[in-house]
Amino acid sequence: MIINHPILGPRDSQEFTYLGDATLIDRPDWEADDAAGQFHDYLYLRDNPAGEHRELWFHEQGDRSWLVVTRNTVTHEILNVELARDVARARGRSK
Amino acid sequence: MRYSGLKVIKEALTGHKGWRPTWRDPEPKKSYDVVIIGGGGHGLATAYYLAKNHGITNVAVIEKGWIGGGNVGRNTTIIRSNYLLDGNEPFYELSLKLWEGLEQDFNYNAMVSQRGILNLVHTDAQRDAARRRGNAMILNGSDAELLDTDGVRAMYPFLNFNNARFPIKGGLLHRRGGTVRHDAVAWGYARGADLRGVDIIQNCEVTGFKIENGKCLGVETTKGFIGANKVASCVAGSSSRVMEKAGMRLPIESHVLQAFVSEGLKPVLDGVITFGAGHFYCSQSDKGGLVFGGDLDMYNSYAQRGNLPVVEDVIEGGMALIPALGRVRMLRSWGGIMDMSMDGSPFIDKTHVDGLYFNGGWCYGGFKATPASGWCYAHLLATDTPHKVATEYRLDRFRKGRMIDEKGQGAQPNLH
Repeated sequence: MIINHPILGPRDSQEFTYLGDATLIDRPDWEADDAAGQFHDYLYLRDNPAGEHRELWFHEQGDRSWLVVTRNTVTHEILNVELARDVARARGRSK
Repeated sequence: MRYSGLKVIKEALTGHKGWRPTWRDPEPKKSYDVVIIGGGGHGLATAYYLAKNHGITNVAVIEKGWIGGGNVGRNTTIIRSNYLLDGNEPFYELSLKLWEGLEQDFNYNAMVSQRGILNLVHTDAQRDAARRRGNAMILNGSDAELLDTDGVRAMYPFLNFNNARFPIKGGLLHRRGGTVRHDAVAWGYARGADLRGVDIIQNCEVTGFKIENGKCLGVETTKGFIGANKVASCVAGSSSRVMEKAGMRLPIESHVLQAFVSEGLKPVLDGVITFGAGHFYCSQSDKGGLVFGGDLDMYNSYAQRGNLPVVEDVIEGGMALIPALGRVRMLRSWGGIMDMSMDGSPFIDKTHVDGLYFNGGWCYGGFKATPASGWCYAHLLATDTPHKVATEYRLDRFRKGRMIDEKGQGAQPNLH
């Protein structure tokens, strides 16, 4: 698979390590009343779709940026690549 | 279909025109006591033990493709009972004991071959870990022997003992482990279940569950609605896709694992060797092909095929361990889809829906678990209590902090 890095251009997926579902960006509020339940769902449960999947890849052998890659899990086709930093900021995180 | 020596002779003399299909191909009835979703090894074994151990024969196994066409036909056929943790090892030891008597039990040749499994070690730390695991295995009734370098050399003199990075310093030998003819496992269980009255319904995909007031009343399928007192999902690899139809999110990711087979060779490797440090394991099939594999591709996938970087990684591991492999030609490679769970261990449990049961999360250890998985799932379905060796395989174990994490990797499914 070739991942089209937003800054570096097309890179071999071998340069990356894979973390998993991009919902891991949305860390629950630890002060919420039901924080224990929210963290259980956040840490252990996954949608695991067959089809489009937004997921976190780390450019370990490159510029060490985190990417959000949208990829089809049935065909392995990569549909979109964003910097995870931009995705997180768009959601009001890490200002 | 029943077989006998007399029948073989008669058919040989009459042009083999009298053989009939080994199991029936029935249309689904309106309802069953138990509907098992998934006609793989585990689903068929569940049906077989429901009928044989518990006398429950009003059972259907529904399969979206053909039976044995999923992971029971796509694995590397290894059976073993070499786990460390108390939640796991008694279960896998039951499984290995069932493998040992399986062919006599279902009267079908599954070519169970206890040729031994050797896990190589390369460092003092790995030897300590192997000794600890070996002791845990022995405590649970399994067998283990710690070999030194000479012990390994006597078994497999052709290995590369002086690899600069991973010199072979010994290994943990599990003599009762081995290999099985995987397709025959599905066929043997299917035949045994069919003879006892179980309906095996192929080319019938589940499209939804009928759930009213928290009770599962049956399944919607491509062949219409089928009612059931109990519905048992058994579709490892596709668990998330199926259970989503019942409104469940699971602690599972689906990943692809590749396997490979070489051209046929003369007998060279009489056991199974695992080279965990190099992401490689290998055995030789009775036809002569070297059957080997390595690590996951590491990313979520439902594709049943992997990519070239892992092919390269596996072959590099193989070359590092067995340099003679360099002249062997590859014949086939394929991929299977694994339910990778959050702690690397499986589930055999009820769900929050009354009458709906779940079996899955087998990671890449599903094949060796087939008999015990069917045995324990049938026990759960028949008695509504978990079998004593499967009490830890609960869906709520993450909420309760009772993970069964053999490798200590945490909630990172691709590392288990």
